[in-house]
Amino acid sequence: MTRYLFRRLFLMMFVFLALSLLAFSLGYLFPGDIVQNLSGLRQIDESQRQQLVAYYQLDKNYLQQYLAFLNRIVHGDWGLSFASQQPLLQEVKLLLPATLELAAYALLLSFIIGIPLGIVAAFKPDSIIGKSISALAMIGYSLPIFWWGLLLIMFFSLALGVLPSAGRIGVLYEIPHHSGFMLYDILQADISYRQEALHNALQHLLLPTVVLATFPTTVMVRFVRDAMLNVWEQNYIKTARAKGLNRGQVLYRHGLRNALLPVIRQIGLQFSTLITLAMLTEVIFSWPGIGRWLIDSIYQRNYPAIQAGLLVISTMVIAINMLTEILHAFFNPLARRG
Amino acid sequence: MKLPDNGTRALVFSSAMLSILLLLASCKPYLPETARSGLVYCSEGSPESFNPQRVTSGTTIDIISQQLYDRLVDINPANGNIIPGLATDWQVSADGTRYQFTLRQDVEFHTTRYFSPGRNFNAEDVVFTFNRITSTEHPFHFQGGGVYPYFQSVDWAGLVKQVQATDQHTVVFELQRPDSSFLSNLTTDFAAILSAEYGQKLLAAGEPGQMDRLPIGTGPFRFREYQKDILVRMYRNNDYWRGDTQPEQLVFDIVPNNARRMAKLFTHECDIVSYPRVAELELIAARPDVTVQESTSMNVGFWAFNTQKPPFDQLAVRQALAMAINRAAILQAVYYGQATPAYGILPPTSWAYNDGLPAPLYSPAKARALLAEAGYPNGFTMDIWAMPVQRLYNPNALKMAELMQADLAQIGVKANIVSYEWNSFRQKLGNFEHDSVLIGWAADNPDPDNFFRPLLSCAARDSGSNRANWCDPAFDDIISQALLTANQQQRRALYLAAQQYLHQKQPLVAIAHSQRFQAISSSVTGVSINPYGGIALQHAKRVEP
Repeated sequence: MTRYLFRRLFLMMFVFLALSLLAFSLGYLFPGDIVQNLSGLRQIDESQRQQLVAYYQLDKNYLQQYLAFLNRIVHGDWGLSFASQQPLLQEVKLLLPATLELAAYALLLSFIIGIPLGIVAAFKPDSIIGKSISALAMIGYSLPIFWWGLLLIMFFSLALGVLPSAGRIGVLYEIPHHSGFMLYDILQADISYRQEALHNALQHLLLPTVVLATFPTTVMVRFVRDAMLNVWEQNYIKTARAKGLNRGQVLYRHGLRNALLPVIRQIGLQFSTLITLAMLTEVIFSWPGIGRWLIDSIYQRNYPAIQAGLLVISTMVIAINMLTEILHAFFNPLARRG
Repeated sequence: MKLPDNGTRALVFSSAMLSILLLLASCKPYLPETARSGLVYCSEGSPESFNPQRVTSGTTIDIISQQLYDRLVDINPANGNIIPGLATDWQVSADGTRYQFTLRQDVEFHTTRYFSPGRNFNAEDVVFTFNRITSTEHPFHFQGGGVYPYFQSVDWAGLVKQVQATDQHTVVFELQRPDSSFLSNLTTDFAAILSAEYGQKLLAAGEPGQMDRLPIGTGPFRFREYQKDILVRMYRNNDYWRGDTQPEQLVFDIVPNNARRMAKLFTHECDIVSYPRVAELELIAARPDVTVQESTSMNVGFWAFNTQKPPFDQLAVRQALAMAINRAAILQAVYYGQATPAYGILPPTSWAYNDGLPAPLYSPAKARALLAEAGYPNGFTMDIWAMPVQRLYNPNALKMAELMQADLAQIGVKANIVSYEWNSFRQKLGNFEHDSVLIGWAADNPDPDNFFRPLLSCAARDSGSNRANWCDPAFDDIISQALLTANQQQRRALYLAAQQYLHQKQPLVAIAHSQRFQAISSSVTGVSINPYGGIALQHAKRVEP
C-alpha cells in the first residue's frame, strides 16, 4: 500500500507540474499585456510597471518567471480580478463553498437514489420495473441539462409558484458569513429568523440539486445495474447460493460489496463531469458559485480570473480523482498491483 | 420473485426522504416576518459607486440616491415645484448671484458598523460636499479620478464662485452670474449631501477610498452591505428626520437579464422590477398579482443631422428628410405605442412646452419636391447611425433605422445603417464622423434648460455632445437669456421662442417621448415613478391580500 501511495503521489506531482505550466503560460497566451494579465490591474503607470516587472521577474528568463509564479501561487498572491479589482484568492474563497455545497448534495442524492434503483433494475432486468428504470436512466442520461433546468423552473416556479427560481437564499435573509456553506452558516448564525432562513435555503437548494443530480444518478443506476449483473454471474455467488443462503443474504454479504467497489472509482471519474454540469446549473439558477463566476469571467475577458478559475477547478478535480483512486485501492487489494 | 429486503428498504427510504423534502419545500408559500417587513427591488445592473456625485447612470442613481441621501432642496414629484429638503429656507439676492440657505438642525447622519456620527448635520457638511466637486485642494477631489460628470456638464465649476458657511446652520453659494437653473441643479439626485465628519475620519485612518464605497448619508435607509453583481442591502434609518419609513429592510437584487427579472417578479422573489420590456407589458398587465405603473418621463428620442456636412447643411434637405419619415409606424413598431409623438425636443410635461407647434407632416410627395428644389431630384446616399444599446428614449434604434431606411427609399434616398460598439460609437459621434444619428436624451431635472443647453448649444458642440454639430448664435442667445432671469413668465416666453426656432431650423427631428414603466407586485403600495429622477422607496408598504 505504501508503495502504491508513493507511486500515485509521484504521478500526481507530474500532473500538477503540467497544470501549473499551462496556467503560467496562459499569462502569455492571453491577448493583451502580460503585466496586466498577471497583476489584474487595469491602469498601470510607468513607475508602477517597473515595480511590477521586477516583482514578477519578467526581466528574467522563463524558468525564473515560472518559479516566481509558483511561489506566488503558493503564497496566495493570485493577482486581482479585472472586473472587481479585488484579490482573486479572496473571491474564490467566497465562491468555492457554494459550488462544493451544491455538488456534494447532488452527489449524495445520486447515491441515495441511484444505487437502490440500480440494484432493483439488476434483480429484475426483464420485468416492467427493471425495464422502466433502465429506460428512465437512459432518458435522464441524454437529457440536456439546460432544457431540463428551465423546464423545472417553468413548472415549479412560474406555473405553481412553490419554489424560487434563482439564488441560494431569499435576499432578505442576511446570513453572517462563516464558512460559506449556507446550511452550516444558518445553523451557526445567531439570528432570530433561523428557522425561516433554513426553510428558505432548502427551497432554494431543491431544484438545482435535482437538476445537477440527474446525470450522476442515471450514471449510477446504469453502473450499479451492470456491476450487479456481472457479479451475479460469478461463481462465488453460485457457491453461496448453493450453500443455502437466501437471496437477501447473498446480495448483502457477497453481491453488494463486490459490486459497489467499482462505484467508488466511478465517483472520481464522474466528478469532473459533475463540476462541468455544476457550472451550467449555476448559470441556470443564478447560483453564486465558482462555475458561474468563471463563465462570467470568460465573457468579460477577465484573464486573471480565468487563470485562477482553471487552476482551482483542475486542482480540485485532480485531487478528488486521486483520492477516490486511493480509496478504491484501499478497499480493493487487486487494484494495488500493476 | 421477491425483491431483496435491503433493496426494498433502501428504495422506500429514499423515496420517503425525497417526498419529505419535496413536501417541506413546496408547502404553501407563507410570508415569514423577515420577508413581510422587507422589500426587494430587482435592479437591472450593479451600482458603479455609492456617491451620486460621481455617476450619471440611472441604474446607480435609482439604487443609491433617494435611499441613502438627502439634498438641500427637493422636487415635489406631483407638480415639479421646489420644496425644502435639508435646507428649510432659502433667499436669493436681487441680482440672482447669491443664494443663502438655512439648514435643518435636527438631522443625524447614519450610524453604521463603520461610522458613528459625533454631531448633527450642519453647514460644514454642505461646504465639504460642494467643494469636493470644484476645489482641487479638497482632500477627496481626486478620489476616484476627479470626475463629476453631471456637474461638469452644467459647468458647475464655472458657475459657483464659492460655497461658504456663515454660521453653523447657514450656507451661502456665491455665483459668477445669475443662473435660474441653479436651484433645479441642487434638487437633482447628484447633489446628495455627504458627511464632512466621516471624511475627516477616513482621512485620519488613511482610507479615503472608503468614502464612495461605504456610504454615509442622512437618507431613509442606511447602508449594510454590497455583494458585487448579487445584491445591495440596506436597513431602515430609524432616526430619519422625515420619519415614516416603511420597509425595515431594503434589498436591491441585481438581475441584469430581462426575462429572469420578470420570472422573479412572477415568483414573488422581487416586489418591484425596473424597466420591464415594452413588448411584454400586456402579458404582465394581465396578471392579477402584478401592477404596471407608467409615467411620462422627461426624455426625447431624436434623429440628429450632422448639419456641417453637405447635404445636411441645407435646410430644405433636413425638412425633406423629416417629412419622409412615417412616425406613426415607428411609434407602433419600436415603442409598441407606449410613447407620445414628439413635436419638439421638450416633452409636454415641461412647464415651458410650446403647444403651438404644428404636428409634423408625413408626406413623401412633398419631401421629394423639396429635395428636387434643393438640387437632389434623384436623391442621394447617406448613413444613419443607430446606437447599439437599448435606452429608455429609444428601445431599439436598429429597428427604427430599418423602418426609416424603407421610408427614405420612397423619396430616392439610399440610407446605410451604421453601428459600433457603444463606447467607440460615442467617441466617433463626438468627432462628428456621422451623417445622421438616432439617439436621445433623458433629463436629470425638470428645468427646460436641461434639454436645450446640453443638446444644441455652441458649448455643447465644442464638448462634442451636440449631436447635430449645430451652432447658431441666435439660438444660443435665446437660451442664455432664459438663464439670466428668474421670472418664470419671461423664461417661458424665451423657451417657447427657442422651440419655434428649432422647428424652423430643424437641426434634428424629434421622434418620441417614451414612457417609463415599472412592474410592481400588487401587494405593495406607496411606490410611484418619479419623473424627475431616481425611484424613492421610503413609503413602500406591503399590504396583506
